[in-house]
Amino acid sequence: MNVFGDLIASMIAFAVPLILVALGAMYSERSGTINIALEGIMIIGGLAASLLFKVLNGTEFATNAPQLAVLLGILLAAVVGALYSFFLAFASIRLKADQTIGGTALNMLAPALAIVITWAIQGQGQTAIYTPDWVPLATAPVDANFFERVFLKNMYLTTPICILVIIATVIIIYKTKFGLRLRACGENPAAADSVGINVYRMRYIGVMISGALAGVGGVAFTLAAGSGFASTVAGYGFLALAVMIFGNWQPTKIVLAALLFAFFKSLSGMSGSIPFLPSFDNVKESLYIYLMIPYIVTMIILALTSKKSRAPKAEGIPYDKGAR
Amino acid sequence: MKVKVWFTSVLTALKHFFIKIWTAIKHFRKTKASKSILASVFSIIIGVLIGFILMIAIKPNEAFYGLGIMLTGGASNVSNIFQVLYTAAPLLMTGLAVGFAFKTGLFNIGAAGQYTVGAFLAIFGAIVLKLPWYLDILLAALGGALWGAIPGIFKAFLNVNEVITSIMFNWIGLFTVDLIIANTPMMLSSTYGGFDRSRTVDIVAVNPGAKLPSLGMESLSAYMNIGIFLAVIIAILIYIILNKTTFGYELKACGYNKESSKYAGINAKRNIVYSMAISGALAGIGGALTYLAGTATMQITKSISPIGFNGIPVALLGTSNPIGIIFSAIFIAYIQIGGNAMQPEFATEVVDIVISVIIYLSAFSLVFKQLIDRYLLNRKNSKLQKLIKAPDDQAVVSGTSAKEGEQQ
Repeated sequence: MNVFGDLIASMIAFAVPLILVALGAMYSERSGTINIALEGIMIIGGLAASLLFKVLNGTEFATNAPQLAVLLGILLAAVVGALYSFFLAFASIRLKADQTIGGTALNMLAPALAIVITWAIQGQGQTAIYTPDWVPLATAPVDANFFERVFLKNMYLTTPICILVIIATVIIIYKTKFGLRLRACGENPAAADSVGINVYRMRYIGVMISGALAGVGGVAFTLAAGSGFASTVAGYGFLALAVMIFGNWQPTKIVLAALLFAFFKSLSGMSGSIPFLPSFDNVKESLYIYLMIPYIVTMIILALTSKKSRAPKAEGIPYDKGAR
Repeated sequence: MKVKVWFTSVLTALKHFFIKIWTAIKHFRKTKASKSILASVFSIIIGVLIGFILMIAIKPNEAFYGLGIMLTGGASNVSNIFQVLYTAAPLLMTGLAVGFAFKTGLFNIGAAGQYTVGAFLAIFGAIVLKLPWYLDILLAALGGALWGAIPGIFKAFLNVNEVITSIMFNWIGLFTVDLIIANTPMMLSSTYGGFDRSRTVDIVAVNPGAKLPSLGMESLSAYMNIGIFLAVIIAILIYIILNKTTFGYELKACGYNKESSKYAGINAKRNIVYSMAISGALAGIGGALTYLAGTATMQITKSISPIGFNGIPVALLGTSNPIGIIFSAIFIAYIQIGGNAMQPEFATEVVDIVISVIIYLSAFSLVFKQLIDRYLLNRKNSKLQKLIKAPDDQAVVSGTSAKEGEQQ
């Protein structure tokens, strides 16, 4: 039973950054801009928060109110992520450039910037920033039972924030004027414009919300990684993009898609300790079979369900007021 | 007196020569291609400048040294020049893969996976099947084509976005290759007396015929081989296919407007699969060019090859034009080799920052082109325009005076 507690805990740890970033990507795409810079924004967010944790480490503030300090780091990551994504928004909305250009540039810039900055701060070749031990929200005791494992292991402030973001997103997208306008800009910007919605502004907001959430997702990834910030998010930004498409651009489905993916992902990580899973004794490095499974499962589900899949209609097309 | 006449006539001849070149340049300046090139040069200059400012901010004393190394390191010795060409060949191929897909309206973010599968099949052909190098490249192209065709099929027949399939198959490809290498003892270095169980054996030791020919210039550098020439020839072929054939026209038409090309009788679904397969084949050949050079061996790893992803900036910098991609691949390889030489004073990643700024600025290309139009070409009273005009007028004036002098 304890193994399953660990399994669920690790699933949550994997799922939180995916959900945050994929929901962010959804805001951007629903407004009509494809944000492929998520990977880079996550790195920048993780970097900002890790640097703040490093600065606060050992101060009175961090020892007295550790979770307030963590919250500060998360907010910083959101702000930095939003500012960083502004560059993408500017290139693809104001300059009407191909949206892959800004995204590719930001993806390439982020890890390089992170390495150069960490080198400059910590000295040559030292690119890892370790997470201080006051950051976790809770720690599971050694002889923890099932529920303690589920709720206390890998528990960071990012998890409750993620739950809040999910609820807020469902409300914002479907129940508010803003959500309706955002969706209109992604479906038919000319029509939205004709009824007085400022399409450019909505798209800027959409991209920058995605930047803020991706920044927080970067923090969640860095914390879940355990050892700290290492100038990479291991393809999670692209994975989140895939999860968003998998979730058919709808918040609840995105959450389910991320949970499913994270479940198979954590299954592969713990394949050795779960008794009923086949161990493939005569295959060397059988770990790679399990590593492959989440991706294959996603592809199978996509192949079966994709006929219904529908992207926002104006996604990826720069809006030109003068065009007919 | 005679000497003076001779001198002036030589001078006028020279002047006329310069006028001719100048007008040719002026003509070229007005073409579309020259504007793109000028805009790219602008972006590169600004990118390097920002990299320099960054270096000043980190280590002011060594910034000039760093800049010098970054810009000249790639050409500082013969070995580095060949290393630039060796690095450029696979970059050129993955850049072509991404650029070709862009031209046909697809975003092939899976070049990394296609590159890995191609690289694996080339090595498999070399070590296990003992095939010569050209058949290994063919095998790599087939593998890459298969890995590219899968997202194409998913997109054409199942309506799955090619971006998600490409990303998933990057990982599936990587882990499959890892599994097969780990379970094929014949490929592992440890089987041949080496100690590394996670690396393939050196192909030259097992099958010398699989190494790319070096045209007898092996003594110059271990990195010397025909890879870059093959890549350039393939780039030119792709240029011809895209711009001079009906097939290429149909592929591009599907990219511009799928519905109207369907209306025109083009089989859009088939063309999507073809485009992705060709794109994948190009990336696969890139994998073969890296490992058939005999200087690298493949390792079992959990991280995706960066060369595939670097195809995206190469393609963007070359504006997806195959000929442009040749130059952008060589440029990026050149500055990367220069960046390697910057260590330990500066992190190599400074070069990545420079490249990403350059890529970002290509979003400004439209703005740059307008600026070029406004300040360099059309505006009559701009200073630069006067500068361009000035020698022209003077030459005409002095030319007539020279003629008068002759008559006298």
